[in-house]
Order: sequence, then C-alpha cells, then structure tokens
Amino acid sequence: MSKNIMIVGVGGQGTLLASKILGRAAMDSGLDVKVSEVHGMSQRGGSVVTYVRFGDEVYSPVIGRGDADVILSFELLEAARWLPNLKNGGVLVTSTQQINPMPVITGAAEYPEGLLDDIKALGVDIRAFDAPAIAAEAGNARAANVALIGLAADALGFDTEILRNAVAACVPEKALEINMKAFDLAAARAAEAKRN
Amino acid sequence: MKKLLLGNESVARGLWEAGVRFVSSYPGTPSTEITEFAATYPEMYSEWAPNEKVAFEAALGAAVGGGRSFCGMKHVGLNVAADPLFVSGYTGIGGGMVIGVADDPGMHSSQNEQDSRHYAIAAKLPMVEPSNAAECKEYTKAAYELSERFDTPVILRLTTRVSHSRSPVELSERVEREVAPYVKDPGKHVMMPANAKKRHVVVEEHLAALAEYAEVTPLNTVEENGAEIGVITAGNCWNYAKETYGKSASYLKLGLLNPLPKKLILDFAAKHSTLVVIEELDPVIENHCRALGLTVTGKDVLPLCGEYSEELLRERLLGIEPDCCEVGAPIPARPPVLCPGCPHRGVFYTLQKLKLRVSGDIGCYTLGAVPPLSAIDSVYCMGASISSLHGACKVRGEEDKYVAVIGDSTFMHSGLTGLVNVVYNGGNTTTLILDNSITGMTGHQDNPLTGKTLMGNPAPNLSLEAICAALGVPADHIRAVDPNDLAELEKVVKEEVAAPCPSVVICRRPCALLKSVKKNPPIQVDAEKCVGCRSCMKIGCPCISVTGKKAKIDESMCVGCGLCSQMCRFGAL
Ligand code: SF4
Ligand code: SF4
Ligand code: SF4
Repeated sequence: MSKNIMIVGVGGQGTLLASKILGRAAMDSGLDVKVSEVHGMSQRGGSVVTYVRFGDEVYSPVIGRGDADVILSFELLEAARWLPNLKNGGVLVTSTQQINPMPVITGAAEYPEGLLDDIKALGVDIRAFDAPAIAAEAGNARAANVALIGLAADALGFDTEILRNAVAACVPEKALEINMKAFDLAAARAAEAKRN
Repeated sequence: MKKLLLGNESVARGLWEAGVRFVSSYPGTPSTEITEFAATYPEMYSEWAPNEKVAFEAALGAAVGGGRSFCGMKHVGLNVAADPLFVSGYTGIGGGMVIGVADDPGMHSSQNEQDSRHYAIAAKLPMVEPSNAAECKEYTKAAYELSERFDTPVILRLTTRVSHSRSPVELSERVEREVAPYVKDPGKHVMMPANAKKRHVVVEEHLAALAEYAEVTPLNTVEENGAEIGVITAGNCWNYAKETYGKSASYLKLGLLNPLPKKLILDFAAKHSTLVVIEELDPVIENHCRALGLTVTGKDVLPLCGEYSEELLRERLLGIEPDCCEVGAPIPARPPVLCPGCPHRGVFYTLQKLKLRVSGDIGCYTLGAVPPLSAIDSVYCMGASISSLHGACKVRGEEDKYVAVIGDSTFMHSGLTGLVNVVYNGGNTTTLILDNSITGMTGHQDNPLTGKTLMGNPAPNLSLEAICAALGVPADHIRAVDPNDLAELEKVVKEEVAAPCPSVVICRRPCALLKSVKKNPPIQVDAEKCVGCRSCMKIGCPCISVTGKKAKIDESMCVGCGLCSQMCRFGAL
C-alpha cells in the first residue's frame, strides 16, 4: 500500500520545499518514494500542485481524483479546487489564507464565500489553521510551509523524529531555528485542536 | 548510496558517470535542469548555446572530436535542431553522443504537444526512454554504449513527469574516458552527395543491426503475470499501467523505442489473449503492432491528446470511475500572471492603450496575452514575432498598427534572422526587444546578453544596440527605454511605429525575480485621495485590488516598482 499526499497552493508559496521535506522523510523511513513537481509557466502565480507518494513500491508519479490520503493546502480556494482528489476518509489540512486569483481581481469571477463550511458540510475531515500566523508567531510568516507540515504531522504517518530531522535537513541553514520553532508550534496547535 | 533525485538531475549524474566531457544546450521546460545540474560537475564542460541548432552542432563537433558529448532541449527545440539531427546519423560520431529531448504531454509549459518519437524514426536514430529517475541514469549510460557500438547519436526521450519527478537513485562513480585520437575521414564527415550516398547505405546497415539488437537488449523487459492481458508500454506510461493492472496483467516494457522489436512483440502477443498498448500522444507502438498483424486495444479507447494517468487508465480500460466529492460553488481559475514588479507589465499596458496589434513570442511575456492586459494577437514559436509580422505587413501595409515583441534570449535564439529579413527586404516594422537581462520563463538562465556563462564565468557583454545597428537598423531608430517610465515608453513607441524605416525599441529593466534587483518598500494607498476609479487595476498587478470603492495593496507581495502610481490621477498611490 502506498500513502498519497498532495501539496497544493499558489506559485511562489513555497510548495516545493514542503514536497522536498516529505520526500526526504519517506527516504529516511526506508520507503520507495516519488515526488512530482511543477516547473515553468504555472509557477508565475498560478495554481500549483505537487504529488508525494511513498510505500513499499510506488510507480505513478501523480495522484488522481479520489486517491489522496492527505491534501496539504496552502490556500483555501486551492483546497476547494483539489478537493475531488481527496480519498473517501482522507484528511484535508489547509491554511485559511486567501489569495485572489486574477479573474477575481479583475471582477470577472468571485472568490466563493463560506468555502470552509461547504467543505465541512460534505463530511470531509478538514483541519483549517492560519498557517502564516503560526509561522509569524515563530518568527517569520514565510515559514508557513513548514508550519503546514507541522499541522499535518499526525496525518502524514511518519515517525515524528524522522519528519523533524527531514525539516532540519531541507530548510536553509540560516532559517533553521525559526523553521523548527514553526514546526513544533504547529504540531502542538494541531494536537490541541484534536483534543478539543 | 541511494539519493532522491529529480529525473533531470539523474540524467546529469548519468552524464558525469559516463565520462561525458562536453554539454551544450538551450533551456526549455521540462529539459532545463539536466544542463543546470551538469554544470555542477567540474569534470564536464557545460554551456548554454544561443539555440538548439547551435547546441546540437557543438555537441556533434565534440563527439566527432573524440569526447563523449550531450545536448539537451525540449521537444520543440528538436525542431530547431532538426537539420543537423538528420545528417548526424550519416556522419556518425567519435566519442558517444546523446541528445536529451523532453516532451511535454499535457502542455504544462509549451505551445504544442508533439511526439519526438517520430524524429527518431525519420532521422533513423536509436531512441531510449526511461520511466523513472533510476532509469534516467542507467539509460543515459546505456545510450552512450549504444552510440559508440553503432556509431550513431542516440536520442534519450523524456517526458515532463519523468524529468520533474524525484525517486531514489543508486549512485556510482565517474569512469574517465580519454579523448580518442583525431582521424581525418572526409568520406565520413564531408556530406556532399558522393559521400552521403555511401553513408546512407551504412545508416541502413546500422539500423538493421540495431533491429536485431532490439530483440535482445536488456532495455526491453518482460514481466509475466499470466496469459490473459498483455500490456505493451514504455516510459512513464508503464508506471500508470502497473498501478492500474498490478499483477493482473503481463508487461512488455520497451526501453528502446527505435527501432522497435518484432519477434519480441510477436512472442509476447502469442502468450496473451488480449493486447493493450499504452502510450501517450501518437500511436507509434500501436501502429508498429498493427503492421505486425496484431489486434490491439489502444487509441480506440485511449486519447491522442493530453497526459495519461492512473485515473484515466482505470476509467477507460477497467471502467472504474473515481469516488470523490466537490464543493457546489464554482471555483475561479487561477492562471499564471506576470510577477509583481515584472518589467513587461508596462510594455503590454502601453501597447494595449495604443491599440497596437502585437505579434508575440515565447517567454514569460506570453502572459501579456491574458486579461486584463490582453495585449497579444499571436504567438507561434521561438522568433516568429518579427518574421511573421514582416509577412503580415507586406500584405496589409499598416506598419503603423503593428509591433513585434520578443525577449532578449529569444531574440538571440532566432529573432536575429527575422530582423535581417525585415531590413534586407525593405520592411519598416517596429520590434520591441524586452531586455530583462535573463532567460526568465525557464527559471533564470544566463544567455549571450547577460555577461555570464552557465559555469559562472564572465563573458563579453554583447550590446543589443550594436547588434541591431550591425543588422542594418538605422542607429537613430534603435531606442532604449525603461519600460516602467510609462510616459517615455508611450512617446518612444508612438514615434518609432510612425517611422518609415525598420526600428527597434529596447525595453530595458531586469526581471523582478533576480536577486540583484533591489525591492522598494511597498506602495501605500492614501484612502483619503482614492476615489475607487479602478485605473490602477488596468495594469494587472496581482497585488492590487479594489474593494468597497478603495484600492488595496497586498504589502507582502508588492515590490514597490511604482508602475501603479503612474496610473492614479488622484495621487492616491
Ligand atoms: S520571472 Fe521575471 S520576466 Fe518573468 S514574469 Fe516574473 S518578473 Fe517578469
Ligand atoms: S487609480 Fe487611484 S483613485 Fe483610482 S482606484 Fe486606484 S488608487 Fe484609487
Ligand atoms: S502594487 Fe504597484 S508598486 Fe507594487 S508591485 Fe504592483 S504595480 Fe508595482
């Protein structure tokens, strides 16, 4: 069996670092792994998705509709866009951050209201947090990507130490302290939310 | 040691392990990182060439010169390199030569969806295709063995999902290879008719030998899982097939795509009651099977267009629909946009304001075609902006209604000859060269205008002004402007479009993503002065929105380029 994780967001939000960390954690857990990234055009502020799959044997680099165990979303509209990819019983961990796409900015379309409630109403296990705020608390809002991994830690299925070490190995040296703080703070917030 | 490598990174590792000495490429998604990673190994000389034809010829020269060589490009780059490609099979090589070509099924970042396998067949060159990062390295090395064994360049075909997926790769060491001694052999390397006629015979002999080799090569593998379904596939499609059928089908995985085996396929076919051919884009393997008299399932149920996936195969071949849910509200699309502070934004705003028809080209600036800028009328292929505009003006006149827009790297790639054509044939079109000091779209590569090489060494700073003057554009009609100075830009464009001679406007400002570009503090909205007129929205900067009759600027994204301030007549920005 493989574990299928999607990381979705907006080009420039740091989704590639998140996928690198998960790929590293899977390798360090002694598993086969595939990480599929987007390069090129859509990185210019478009909708981006990265697929991370690990298990005893992994072939396909992408994850289809109804096949993701976990979706890690950096932006609320993107969470809704990729929701069809979530498996029945899967977990959606999303940042509540909202970034208007160009059609909304120009007035050609509207950013749908009440997305969180709509998704909850579908019976989806959704865990929503203000990831940039948690990262800011740790010292820098730009560590939101690592904060999201902390928030999703229990759903990802890694040994916590392996995941922590993977974060440490992948973030830039000079931002190490803030990122580790963001990870721990986020993991604690997620555990707290679970108890309530 | 096992490492998680990107497919392209693994190809580069394969080059290094294979003792390659020379790499020359032109960047193009999804192939770019091969050459970027190659440049991190000091034992291999690596360079960016101005275009794929030059890169190919440089690599051919290096191979004939006795060293193993490589050139990398995206699928459409192979069109540019097709001329030397077709002759290279005739001349053969000295040291091994491999051409890495990355196709882009699904067009993640391309203008078409062509299938490079046709080139291997047409140019009579062997082609191999890996399906994951580990194979990227192994097949790269195998391609050099094939190249030297059959005295021919070999094409390594990749696709976006293989190039841009990471998976574990077992690393080995580099095996150094001496440069073979030079032997003058005009019969083999001077391709005039008398020699070429003899070489064509040799090419056919090599192909016949390769066809025999295709029956036994370890690049083609069979996995037997029972006599019912037999899947014939290659590359990344093998991954999807394995996920779809698991142990319920047998697999013939073809690693050597040209020439395709005959006996191996017939034997495999004889052992299975149903044959399914799974390949993205064109039915190359399928047609080969049909020519062998086999009945197969293939493009009758699977599409010719777009990428395949496990989901698609499950649906089309097994009739299993995905089990999923979605929200009721319509989800607005999120297309890519020019970055905040992008130097191209002012250009397209101005062209749209002046109601000029814009002949566009390939690069980030193609995004000037999307709303609200909507400034571009056509985009075909690298360099076509200048040359196609010349044709349009010859039939329509109306030179004062049109401009061509081309980036600095694209101009050096294949805009030069178009401009020569304009000058030579008495055209008087206006060309805007967007000089952002980098090759932006593919992730910031240096080019002949940036003053730096791929390996980080200083290079002569070529001057666009001097080049255009040398091509015959009158010196007083080669004008450089800062595209963020909207008033000046508009004035210069108006003057040059009206000029009765060929003219060039160089819009010079570096890409906003370059590390050397200093960010200014974000622009503030003076809410007292803002009347909500939405003028500032016309430039399509993703930082600006107007809600409740007041403009708002996202300070986390704004780089303070000051373009929006010039749009506001009320001094609110
Ligand atoms: S990468 Fe540079 S040139 Fe391309 S859109 Fe962004 S700012 Fe503009
Ligand atoms: S152009 Fe000036 S006045 Fe008009 S909406 Fe923008 S900031 Fe306000
Ligand atoms: S908001 Fe204005 S100053 Fe800031 S990046 Fe956009 S156009 Fe430039």
